[in-house]
Amino acid sequence: MKNRASPRKSAPRSAATPRKPSPRELIFGGLWDYDPAPETADPRIDSRYGLFIGGRFVPPRHNKYFASISPGSERQLSEVAEAGSEDVDAAYRAARRALAGEWGRMAAAERGKVLFRIARLLQDRSREFAVAESLDGGKPIRESRDFDVPLAAAHFFYHAGWADKLDLLAPGCAARPCGVVGQVIPWNFPLLMLAWKLAPALAAGNTVVLKPAETTPLTALKFCSILQEAELPPGVVNMVTGAGATGATVVAHPLASKIAFTGSTGVGKAILRQLAGSGKKLTLELGGKAANIVFEDAPMDQAVEGIINGIFFNQGHVCCAGSRLLVQESIAPEMILRLKRRISTLRVGDPLDKNTDIGAINSKAQLAKIRRLVAAGVAEGAKLHQPSCRLPQRGFYFPPTLFSGVEQSHRIAREEIFGPVLSVLTFRTPEEAIEKANNTTYGLSAGVWTQKGSRILLMASRLKAGVVWANTYNKFDPSAPFGGYKESGFGREGGRQGLLEYCHLQPMP
Amino acid sequence: MTHRSPIRKTPKCYSGGNFIRSESARVYPIRHDNLAVHIPQCSRKDVRNAVEAAAKSASTWQNRSGYNRGQILYRLAEMLEARHAELREAVAWGAGRRDVSPDTEVSASIDMIVHFAGWCDKFEQCLGSVNPVASSHFCFTVNEPLGVCAVIAPESRPLIGLLGLILPLITGGNPVVALASGKRPYPAILLGEMLATSDLPGGVVNLLTGFHKDLLPTLASHGTIRGLLASVSTDEAREIQLAAAESVKRVHFIPEEETASPSPAQALRLISQFLELKTVWHPLGA
Repeated sequence: MKNRASPRKSAPRSAATPRKPSPRELIFGGLWDYDPAPETADPRIDSRYGLFIGGRFVPPRHNKYFASISPGSERQLSEVAEAGSEDVDAAYRAARRALAGEWGRMAAAERGKVLFRIARLLQDRSREFAVAESLDGGKPIRESRDFDVPLAAAHFFYHAGWADKLDLLAPGCAARPCGVVGQVIPWNFPLLMLAWKLAPALAAGNTVVLKPAETTPLTALKFCSILQEAELPPGVVNMVTGAGATGATVVAHPLASKIAFTGSTGVGKAILRQLAGSGKKLTLELGGKAANIVFEDAPMDQAVEGIINGIFFNQGHVCCAGSRLLVQESIAPEMILRLKRRISTLRVGDPLDKNTDIGAINSKAQLAKIRRLVAAGVAEGAKLHQPSCRLPQRGFYFPPTLFSGVEQSHRIAREEIFGPVLSVLTFRTPEEAIEKANNTTYGLSAGVWTQKGSRILLMASRLKAGVVWANTYNKFDPSAPFGGYKESGFGREGGRQGLLEYCHLQPMP
Repeated sequence: MTHRSPIRKTPKCYSGGNFIRSESARVYPIRHDNLAVHIPQCSRKDVRNAVEAAAKSASTWQNRSGYNRGQILYRLAEMLEARHAELREAVAWGAGRRDVSPDTEVSASIDMIVHFAGWCDKFEQCLGSVNPVASSHFCFTVNEPLGVCAVIAPESRPLIGLLGLILPLITGGNPVVALASGKRPYPAILLGEMLATSDLPGGVVNLLTGFHKDLLPTLASHGTIRGLLASVSTDEAREIQLAAAESVKRVHFIPEEETASPSPAQALRLISQFLELKTVWHPLGA
């Protein structure tokens, strides 16, 4: 690892004298409003979607539909089918037929070409998908346009190339598909999580029954048209929409050889119990309560941006969000000052506006949960800081929030909030930082900010987390394995290691 | 010549680096040459004590270099080889299988230890990676041990079955609390004595004897135990998975016949099942 530590020694700054804001600092505050800059591409959302089974849309057996609304405006976007157990069964049977049919017989390189085609089609239609994603889920268009959709396409492109190289994944083992895979994905990155799940499953030659989240099913359903355009054989991917009950049916189905789930730790544990004794392969990507650790020698401006990105990216609806900020005591007053100032410049509002930093909270229920936990933080004695910002009249919004004076026992320091709420704690020594960072049942991710290379490597090796970002945060790539320690789940997504989770390995003689 | 009474050995478990009898003071008899030998019938409390000892040894064992772990495992093979005849006798005594000679079983056990000794400083290069990310970052993925792991050995093949489950775990840097065969525990008693003289730090391998049905729920549900490798019946497997759900334990099962002498590919697979992958990112720049 390249490490060009500066010879300059940073003198420890005293806790008693926080740096005063420079008198030359320009704080525009609310002086000027930004003109609205809405993204206007047509999201091409149908008024009603059936279930995608055997390569075409079919109505649900019991003819039940539920509304999908835009959390930014509470306006109904579409109507989506609710899959019952017969529908899920039909999806699994279609997936099993596809496994035995054209898809199972297709040469590996040809299978890869279908995935390459999917990646290209998604890139072609990226603006349309970005708008649909922001409308349906509430995330700022800047994020869906620059992060979610391009990264989703990258996942298909990366995994496409693996399709004809599977036997090189594990030394001495031939890799075969697991069979039919059941996948249940969350609402925070609807299209990206679909790509994380589908791309490796298909590259390895599996067929899939996938359930999108009930609040964000639209980009998954739109994605079916890409699968059709790419001429993916019918039944290779089937999508069943619905809520928790549909998910439980997908997980329990006897034709599933493997289950992949991303969501809350509570549901993950229920799935573990449900599958006990079934012999099914399972990967779980569950919750997190990441520590973002800032040492006194950290590059302050970069650290502030990294902390802001770490917690307010996607409204904090990120399982690896840096929701616990651990600041070295000597710089805590200055850091809190800088963070408060930076938070006051964040723009909360219309997800489709290109200037928006923080969009809408995904659902009414999630907004209520965030409010409950923030109230608990206040009640337990932490100090609340929120900038004064105007929130839109309609839709689900929550201002960026910072808590100082947080203790480890506080609920806001222990429970996953999944919202734009940052808890600030302090530490004195690296040992204390490690102890506090690891003092959680989760272990998904962590951040470290320091100029000292040896300290980065020590911290990285001692933090019990599946991903460690050093002097950066929230970076993802199809080639980089992602997943958790402890109760944040098991199995990885991305890279050679992630693809292995979708393979049945047979030791070669 | 006057008659001399031989000194009989009191069987003890090896836990926390010490030779212990069960804290419950309970024993159960197994018969050998018409003599009753009293095996410690370990309790849930013994399991918890062993887990505590294992947790204390975790950072020591994890922080040993792969080279050092490999030398310690090789030393263990040396200890077994020196007591080949004694082990052979213990394996023959009440042997579960007639199709494998005790001599072959002991020799294969020793060779398996040597095989895993060689893995200690090599698995990382087979399993880790530098990731070619599309942004301006250096990104790599390394393997780390899970932490304290449990082993539930098969009832038959009391030496090679037990070692076949322990070795992949300690090779990866995990301390282990192992439950020996309940019906044929004597080879495990001897193995403890060899572990104690192999330079393995105390607490890294803890061998308990007793009844599986008594201890299985504690091993499956204990929150400090992060991984579990067992060779058990399908009913027991289900019971273990149910109890292990709350702590999101990494649970893997292995059929009894596959516990012995895995191929290199199988061995690597077993080692990898008890490792966590950690991906580290750092920006590139001056």
